[in-house]
Amino acid sequence: MANISAKRAVDFRPRNVDDVKTVVIDCDLLIIGGGNAGCFVAVEAKKINPDLKVVIMEKAEIMRSGACSAGMDAINTYIPEGKTPEDLVRWSRDQVGGGPLREDLALSNAQELNEAVDDLERWGLPILREEDGSIRYRGKWDISIHGEQLKPIMAEKAIECGADVYNRIAGTGLLKNGEGNCIGAMGMHVRTGEFYVFRAKATVNSTGGAGTLYKSYTADSTDSGAQIWMCPYCVGSGYAMGFRQGAELTSLEQRWVATRTKDFCGPVDTISVGYKAPIINCKGEKIMQARYQHLGGDSAPRFIRANAPMEEWLQGRGPTYCDTRGLDKETNWRMMCDYLNERPSFVLFLAARGQDPVKEPIEIFGSDPYIMGGHTMGGFWVSLDRMTTMPGLFAAGETAGGNPNKFVGGCAAEGKLAARGAIKYMEETGVTVPRELDEMQVRMEIERVYAPLFRGAEYDGVVPRAMKDRLQRLMDEYAGGSSQFYRTNEERLDYALKHIAILRDQFRFLKAADLHELMQANETMDRVDVAEAVVHHLKARKETRWAGWQTRTDYPERDDKNFDCFIETRRDPSTGKVESFTRPYYQIVSGERFKS
Amino acid sequence: MPPRIRLDKCNGCEGLPESKCEEACPGNLMAVDSRTGKAYVRFAGDCWDCMSCTKACPTKAIETRVPYQIGYHKASLKPIMGKNTITWKCVDIHGKEETYKYRNRMDR
Repeated sequence: MANISAKRAVDFRPRNVDDVKTVVIDCDLLIIGGGNAGCFVAVEAKKINPDLKVVIMEKAEIMRSGACSAGMDAINTYIPEGKTPEDLVRWSRDQVGGGPLREDLALSNAQELNEAVDDLERWGLPILREEDGSIRYRGKWDISIHGEQLKPIMAEKAIECGADVYNRIAGTGLLKNGEGNCIGAMGMHVRTGEFYVFRAKATVNSTGGAGTLYKSYTADSTDSGAQIWMCPYCVGSGYAMGFRQGAELTSLEQRWVATRTKDFCGPVDTISVGYKAPIINCKGEKIMQARYQHLGGDSAPRFIRANAPMEEWLQGRGPTYCDTRGLDKETNWRMMCDYLNERPSFVLFLAARGQDPVKEPIEIFGSDPYIMGGHTMGGFWVSLDRMTTMPGLFAAGETAGGNPNKFVGGCAAEGKLAARGAIKYMEETGVTVPRELDEMQVRMEIERVYAPLFRGAEYDGVVPRAMKDRLQRLMDEYAGGSSQFYRTNEERLDYALKHIAILRDQFRFLKAADLHELMQANETMDRVDVAEAVVHHLKARKETRWAGWQTRTDYPERDDKNFDCFIETRRDPSTGKVESFTRPYYQIVSGERFKS
Repeated sequence: MPPRIRLDKCNGCEGLPESKCEEACPGNLMAVDSRTGKAYVRFAGDCWDCMSCTKACPTKAIETRVPYQIGYHKASLKPIMGKNTITWKCVDIHGKEETYKYRNRMDR
């Protein structure tokens, strides 16, 4: 049981591989990423078998890392009395317009959900209750919390259960054995420069999603390059690590786009769902009622609600607002507390605009697209045990695909399921950690990861920031970013692929002045790999199924005959070639899928 | 987006294995200058405004600011961490003050 301090940064300027010290740690279960899902993996694994050696490799410091670092104001799914796990799956299916989705995964998650949320409350999370003691629902499925301490609460439990947490180690690659199975992972210590090799019987990949593939509209000429609502330090490294080794990805074309507060990205459900504030356009029309009543109005599928304000802008009816005018003072105070719990600096933003929401409505706009399997479906194709197509590699939370609308509670529940799956795998296969270290594999990864630092600051090359900016602009303009109202077509996607190939070829010019920049260089290489997969997914779905999340101007209609199925991609580890293919959808939970 | 560091208040958490702000930042953006012993932000544009550093600073030397291109001068939001409670003091650009205090933890 240890939370290992990363210590202060040292000046580390290696010239070649021999200057990099390697640290080898052996364990039973490795967790890459100690966020929401990762903490639950650790707690569950130690609960099942306290003798297991469980290690968390964490890029930041576990108390404030990942999507929950700033806190949270709600748990979006908790099954109320009188409702069943099947009902939750039906709701989730409706949110993604009838699917396809992995109903097997969704159902197993739903069955585990409430217990995981109850865990959080037992660990000290304040869940708001009515005067009669019942849990306070703010919508049909979501409950209000005071989650400012959500992340420290989860992290403390993971440490308390006996996991060893190695902080500030950015995962770069998976370790595989002769059969191609995953037997751990490798990463760079961003403070000391040491290279860590974690060898494990089973590995859970829970690094979070990819929040920075596309340009934020606030990024130009401001000191706000990371003005996104998802954690900008979750860049898709988990997807990239698996993809490079040939693990199959699913549904990346179903990008997560959400309506957010404009100019300073904060949640909107907090006001529209939590406080019943209608979404209006510049003329004061209630958008959802005026134009989307036939799709359910305020209860329309999530992608329709996300795209609605952007359609108003496109049609010349922006700005768009969440109409908070007329809220009473006390309700407004509670709404500000919700923001302080999840996105505190949004309250500062309102103060910096001199804006009182009771008198002026809160402006809203669409976010840039993110890839997040905890919200939409992009992630690894997994079995019911949450094992990816790479034996020994499991996924939980944002990294596990096919199963949308998990959010905090669902990612926690899935952490438990992945822990059980990983332990079952260890027992059934009798897998062991090899005696000898695969020196060649480790050396090649050090060569790849540290190359920008070996070149150094004086080298006439490319700084990681410039390559990141180039990629984000490319994705924004050609692969359906917010500047293009999320639209794309075959020609733009081909253009994107052509330039992604150039970027990949230019990895050999990346340079880093210090360890922080070296981490950024590796993050940007990961972004490029994930972006390539995203573009292949967008290309393969030649229809428009989830406008906003996935809009093809050249195929504007839904095509159930050809595309009521999953789009998959896999990269050949030896050639680097990406192939896309489909997998069928199976309806498990009864009910009408398409309501309109 | 820049955490603003009051150099007169920052002591770089001298004596600790790492400073509280560099420990807290999920983006590894905070560091302590070994020559001055004061904290600095590696690159303000990469900040997520999660306020983890601001909450963690033991000398209250860090303030989160909205960049001017996005919000006007000068508003402030200061968290005060208590045992199982948090208090936020907010002042807008017109000088209007508001305080928010609530429980952020239950007893286990």
